[in-house]
Amino acid sequence: MLGTLTLLLLCQLAGELAARLLHLPVPGPVLGMLLLFAGLLLRGGVPDTVQDTAGGLLRHLSLLFVPAGVGVMVHVTRLETEALPIVAALFGSTLFGIAVTAKLMAFLLSRIDPRLEEEPTGEDRP
Amino acid sequence: MSADLHQIWVYLSASPLAGLTLTLVAYQIGLWIFEKLGRRPVLNPVLIAVVLIAGTLSLSGIDYRTYFDGAQFVHFLLGPATVALAIPLYNQFQEVRRSALALLVALLVGSAASALSAVALVWTFGGSKATILSMAPKSVTSPIAMGVSEQIGGLPSLTAVFVIITGIVAASLGTWVLNLVRVRDWRARGFGMGVAAHGIGTARALQVNEVAGAFAGLGMGLNGLATALLLPTLYHLIWG
Repeated sequence: MLGTLTLLLLCQLAGELAARLLHLPVPGPVLGMLLLFAGLLLRGGVPDTVQDTAGGLLRHLSLLFVPAGVGVMVHVTRLETEALPIVAALFGSTLFGIAVTAKLMAFLLSRIDPRLEEEPTGEDRP
Repeated sequence: MSADLHQIWVYLSASPLAGLTLTLVAYQIGLWIFEKLGRRPVLNPVLIAVVLIAGTLSLSGIDYRTYFDGAQFVHFLLGPATVALAIPLYNQFQEVRRSALALLVALLVGSAASALSAVALVWTFGGSKATILSMAPKSVTSPIAMGVSEQIGGLPSLTAVFVIITGIVAASLGTWVLNLVRVRDWRARGFGMGVAAHGIGTARALQVNEVAGAFAGLGMGLNGLATALLLPTLYHLIWG
């Protein structure tokens, strides 16, 4: 667990450094994710301990949203004065985005890979 | 006695312990309510926790900054959690390669449709520039969305609020929309939820179907990447 946490932090740190030194318009943690992904491809598998710790962290991903979500307190005035544009955009674009993505994906899959409800084989699990 | 209590209160409200404990307790209560009342999508644990904490802070007169001094330890973990998204992405790599072309096209169109329609709707109904910029990255998971928001000149904390509401909207109404447009393929249903509504949409897809869940996680990761790469570039092209 400690080793995995260290690995994740090292990847994040390397990502932050790369983003700042090379002036890349990408958040450091995203570069860290790419770095880890490249490392896993090179290594050809995820070590069990990494799989477990990362799984535990991601299982409680929604908890990590809470402190930022409470920030709604700070923005109450803005949310009130711009209620209509905000509500319209949040509901409209979210539902539109889901519909467009899913419909297009279903259309493309039916053209190139028509396995409608086949279960994944799970062969890529370590 | 009351002087002692007052001193304890002064100590606690200034220490990180209170904010951190409040966050975890409120989230546990949120999870408990969600489980007890039949896992209804509207009873999102994040929503419940946010309402409980904001209510507690308002009643006790503690400001958000003081609370965040403690809660930042939870917030900080969003960075390592983003790095950890590489692991589910790697686990699904075989599946990804098989439908790579469909995924890529649906990702780019879906990502653009979400961001552009959000920006267009705020603009149409007369929202401010800060709101428009904070709204643009709201479909991706919050560490990425907040980073992008900061880069294009939005307000990261406002973006975080939009991100969370987006997730809750999708988790509550996504199934209805997918039935409305008659998409039956689980891969497509899950991918739509992940691209448009990140982790909270993915959690909802996982509840319904395993294949949908895997593709939702993939959609979340890929759109996080696409948005992080494309949105700041697009912004600099338009606004300079």
